Amino acid sequence: MNRAALAALLSHWRRRPFQLVTLILGLSLATALWSGVQAINAEARKSYGAAADVLGGGGLAELVRRDGGAISQADFVALRRAGWQVSPVIDGWIRGEAGRVRLLGVDPFTLPEGGSAGALAAGDMTGLLDGALFAHPSTAARLAEATAIDSLAPGIALADLDTAGTLLQTNGFTRLLISDTQPLTRPDLAEIAPDLRIETPETAEDLGRLTDSFHLNLTAFGLLSFAVGLFIVNGAVGLAFEQRRPVFRTLRALGLTAPRLVTFLVLELLLFALLAGILGILLGYLIAATLLPDVAATLRGLYGASVEGQLTLAPAWWLSGLAIACAGTALAAGGGLWRVARMTPLAPARPRAWAMASLNAFRWQLGAAAGCFLIAGAGWGIGGLLGGFTLLGGLLLAAALALPATLAAILSLAARSARAPLSEWFWADTRQQLPGLSLALMALLLALAANIGVGTMVSSFRATFTGWLDQRLVSELYVTLEDEADIPAFTAFMADKSEALLPIWEIEAEVLGAPAEIYGVADHPIYAENWPLLSAHPDTWARMARGEGLLINEQLARREALHPGDTLPLPGGFSMEINGIYSDYGNPIGQVVLPLDVLVARYDGIDRRDFGVLTGDRDLAALRTALIRDYGLPEENLIDQAALKSFSLSIFERTFAVTGALNILTLGVAGLAILTSLLTLAAMRLPQLAPLWALGLTRKDLARIELLRALILAALTFALALPLGLALAWVLLAVINVEAFGWRLPMFLFPGQWLWLFVLSLAAAALAALWPAWQMRRRPPADLIRVFTHER
Amino acid sequence: MNAKTILTTLFVLCATPLGAQGFAGLGQAAEAYALPDPETRFTFPEDHGAHPEFRIEWWYVTANLTGEDGATYGVQWTLFRNALRPGGAPGDQVWMGHAGLATPQGHLFAERFARGGTGQAGVAPAPFAAWIDEWNMTGPDLNTITLTAQGASFRYDLDLAADRPFVPQGADGYSVKSAEGQASHYYSQPFYQVTGTLTFPDREVRVSGQGWLDREWSSQPLAGDQTGWDWISLHLESGEKLMGFQLRDTKGGTYTTGTWITANGTPEPLGTDALRLDEVATTEIGNRSLPTTWDVTLPAKGLEARITVTYPDSWMGTRIPYWEGPVAVTGSHKGVGYLEMSGY
Amino acid sequence: MVLDLSDLSKSFAGGAVRVLDGVSLSLAAGEVVALTGESGSGKSTLLHMAAGLEPVDSGAIRFEGRDLVAMTEAERAALRRSAIGIVFQQFNLIPSLNVAANLRFQARLAGREIADFDGLVASLSLQDQLAKYPEDLSGGQQQRVAIGRALAAAPRLLLADEPTGNLDETTGDGVFELLLSLARARNAGLLIATHSERLAAAADRRVHLSHGRITG
Repeated sequence: MNRAALAALLSHWRRRPFQLVTLILGLSLATALWSGVQAINAEARKSYGAAADVLGGGGLAELVRRDGGAISQADFVALRRAGWQVSPVIDGWIRGEAGRVRLLGVDPFTLPEGGSAGALAAGDMTGLLDGALFAHPSTAARLAEATAIDSLAPGIALADLDTAGTLLQTNGFTRLLISDTQPLTRPDLAEIAPDLRIETPETAEDLGRLTDSFHLNLTAFGLLSFAVGLFIVNGAVGLAFEQRRPVFRTLRALGLTAPRLVTFLVLELLLFALLAGILGILLGYLIAATLLPDVAATLRGLYGASVEGQLTLAPAWWLSGLAIACAGTALAAGGGLWRVARMTPLAPARPRAWAMASLNAFRWQLGAAAGCFLIAGAGWGIGGLLGGFTLLGGLLLAAALALPATLAAILSLAARSARAPLSEWFWADTRQQLPGLSLALMALLLALAANIGVGTMVSSFRATFTGWLDQRLVSELYVTLEDEADIPAFTAFMADKSEALLPIWEIEAEVLGAPAEIYGVADHPIYAENWPLLSAHPDTWARMARGEGLLINEQLARREALHPGDTLPLPGGFSMEINGIYSDYGNPIGQVVLPLDVLVARYDGIDRRDFGVLTGDRDLAALRTALIRDYGLPEENLIDQAALKSFSLSIFERTFAVTGALNILTLGVAGLAILTSLLTLAAMRLPQLAPLWALGLTRKDLARIELLRALILAALTFALALPLGLALAWVLLAVINVEAFGWRLPMFLFPGQWLWLFVLSLAAAALAALWPAWQMRRRPPADLIRVFTHER
Repeated sequence: MNAKTILTTLFVLCATPLGAQGFAGLGQAAEAYALPDPETRFTFPEDHGAHPEFRIEWWYVTANLTGEDGATYGVQWTLFRNALRPGGAPGDQVWMGHAGLATPQGHLFAERFARGGTGQAGVAPAPFAAWIDEWNMTGPDLNTITLTAQGASFRYDLDLAADRPFVPQGADGYSVKSAEGQASHYYSQPFYQVTGTLTFPDREVRVSGQGWLDREWSSQPLAGDQTGWDWISLHLESGEKLMGFQLRDTKGGTYTTGTWITANGTPEPLGTDALRLDEVATTEIGNRSLPTTWDVTLPAKGLEARITVTYPDSWMGTRIPYWEGPVAVTGSHKGVGYLEMSGY
Repeated sequence: MVLDLSDLSKSFAGGAVRVLDGVSLSLAAGEVVALTGESGSGKSTLLHMAAGLEPVDSGAIRFEGRDLVAMTEAERAALRRSAIGIVFQQFNLIPSLNVAANLRFQARLAGREIADFDGLVASLSLQDQLAKYPEDLSGGQQQRVAIGRALAAAPRLLLADEPTGNLDETTGDGVFELLLSLARARNAGLLIATHSERLAAAADRRVHLSHGRITG
């Protein structure tokens, strides 16, 4: 009996292989997008963890100077001699062959266990004391004399304290790691080193928090795709259940109990879920491996977080992928199973009653939507990144839940105003089909809204960014000297070849307890003309010219709630008044701009090799040639404004490449969801369409009507997705961006994009409807006649 | 791989596995370091200080103590100096401190490391001071010192005073360690009377007893094939002292010698076959088997004694691990003492 | 003649099953012909062919003299809309439309106003059901709606395939009588398939099908 019943159930799939493909495809796509995003996130988090272990000594508390300056060796020794188990760290940046690399100098003798050097082998430690530099292979490749060590976190070079001190030209220590193990007695910190304060550890969480919004973005996309994929599965499972209704009925009539039938179906689904799960995981790996380099580039560009572009996967990831596939199947098939379990053996089909019950459910969904809307409002009230995402999630969910009821209302309005019998039937019938299509339409709504929202954000960002670049890049040519000793010769060489040389000198430091860049700005009128300030003193540039006060970027201002007129304490134990705040898109860390004289007077170790050149109306190409041929500067040390701009924009594009890719994928999956839903409906709808045919409509008419229906529903959904997408964009720009990145962006509208998306969504719906419509068109009359003659 | 294992090797400047060049790399070639010279005679207080031209050196105090609670305690305080490269520059010195406290409740220990030249660790001969971090051995002179060290769950503060001169070991302080002639400069102060306080997280114990200082420096104290040693310092009830050690080599042979010290502090160096140290019983400590009962025979002095370790768990789980703890002496002579076993 | 079928043949399953074998039959306006026969004797196929729903293997179908077989699908559909009413055993109402809309549906498809809608409704005793949806109705009520839908467009030919097959005997009798009286009142030709000899007796003429041939 069991075997026979199971065979009867499974024979369905042999007869309908396409349905099986849809089911497996939907489920594997859902799993793939979900697990792909998870893999990316996990890889990034792992890299943060490794980085934080090295940077922060593996979650140890630290001692830093209250004024942000370097800690003297005397302070360190005094602490050790008082019993404080602390270990010095020098933290700085060195210039590698391809970009900067963070250099950590450590003291192997006092380094707490499990810290950075934990990754090194014994022989390597000896090397460390001999002056060697160690780095992850990818980082070592960027440094001339580094030894590659696999176990180190990428982006960081490790050296002995003395080596680092020499390379970074510093005598003091950036911080002291406090060992977890401290002796039985020791005096208070204030008695020994009152200038120092204890800082809780920089852990993976800190970097994680910084990049949280990015990962949340990815996760949200992954979840969205997963949900959309589940709509497909729901469609396929629903279809399979619907078509096998007679089989179920017969099996039940033949004495198979409902629980056993459900058990068989669960087994069958489990089999598919596992199969699709494995496929999805492989696919997810592919997705992750393809996207990871972009993600890594984004994280490095935006946050300075080092992530390897390679994927290593834990067994837990595989298992979670399978689990999510099973959970997704359960979610998608739960309703169908429930109905099968409760089905009386000879239940008549009552499609309209079912539709009406669903319409009733729409009302409940509308209530839930209102709830979600309230939650979204509360999220706005709370503020912060979490609040922002609550607002975002609440808004999306509310809109998705309200969609069926809204569409139903629109359709019944249309039905009421319909005059012709066919259109009357069309609207009524479309409304009746809504329950079967609503999940797919919700998927389309979310995909469209996400596309509009993210697209608007990215485009607004791009528009702002390019405008800002145009203003900020004042010099026609940017030059990096080989050595600071060349400055006099360079200045002399350029004397008659340029209008002005603008030093771009900089030092890395900690401002208010966080890493920051401090730049010096020369006194030149071009800044006042070209540098847009968000808020400023009226006489900002005059004050800067007099060497009074400083400028800070928006990120620092927002993070520390600083305003013009406030005083900012700087490393080196002095403070200056804030003259103005400027926007600084794409920079994750704080930036301070000092009058150049102040920078030079206050700090050692300034990188003075970078200059901007104002050429005025001189020939830029000739100047380039002169610099290379006559002055002897390597070509790669020169970059002109246009190149710099395109380079900046290329970084920008890379940053959002992942978002774009996921966007397209999501839309594609939504299209697939519509296809499967329509196929499900098409099979179920034959009995409803056959009478119309008998009453005098051609199959072509019917096919055209089916196509039109899909187009109208897609158009309506798009119309609803547009305001939702714009709301989404506003939340992203005005709430999430401010919380996550520290800058607010103006919102621009791009109707061209909407049109394109509108066409795209119509195309997706048409493409999805074309197959069932074509099937209707080509359906042999015998199929339709069968409706009149066969038992249903 | 953690910093612990790294520094084990780091400290002894040896990337090769332990044992290949003597225990803890002590059998490495001396290269350009100063070498012990049989003609050298100690000059105090200068020789209480460091000899950075030699590769390795230590200030080593052990004490057999009895608490007011009647319990037996053992204290170890050691400062090692190790040169990273010849030349004696302060920055090329690495300092390592070991503190041990043997108690009935278990063995407590701690260790410290310091880069030379920073003031974090060092030794000054007069007034005498040896330190690493907050651990101190200070006194007006080396015969009158206070000794402190602590770990996460113990601390000791001891006063040590001796009224007899320092005792040169070997031939006027030239202590030969192998048949090939590896040697060190070595003197001791075995006559300290000790009082002080042991501090635990929940209590303090007043203690008193006898202490023993070893000072030794060398550049290649072990032969290349020597893998470890067993070393004893005994306070006999007669007032006499016995220092003895045997160095074990890879072929199972030993090199055994020592010094008999009379009650007034006169050393009598022993020939290489005068003293016998024989394993009687072993105890499993961790995954190692260590001899915890020995027979000590010195026919020239009519000594046929058995030494039994007081607390077999006196294992120093430091980056260079070894066994070091108090022992009781029974047989023809009675007394207390300290045993060190390395290379197991 | 409203309907002329001559020498109709039809096979299924690639010729293996011969459903109709040289059937000829004529139906005049206002004439009621009962088509009887066992299940599978070809009654439904004959009706579907008469409606232009089922393609023909060989033979001719003429509706008011026009060749149905030669028509395009669109022409046949137009003819069904305006001139042919079909009543199915399964009723086949449109579930998304209420009774009133269902009744009007075919007439409006044909672009025709119903001359006496209220009268039609009254004759079908559906006055109280107009706002209801098909699945809320009993089988007899549904069939009455189907009959009304078929008649509302004022067809010249009514085709009924076992219209009482899904109804109990009493209801079936009522529906059958209603169909007959309405068809006669409107002077439509009615070809009605039934396996009930009792009901067939009420027709003007009886044609018996057996194994695809007319046997009486």
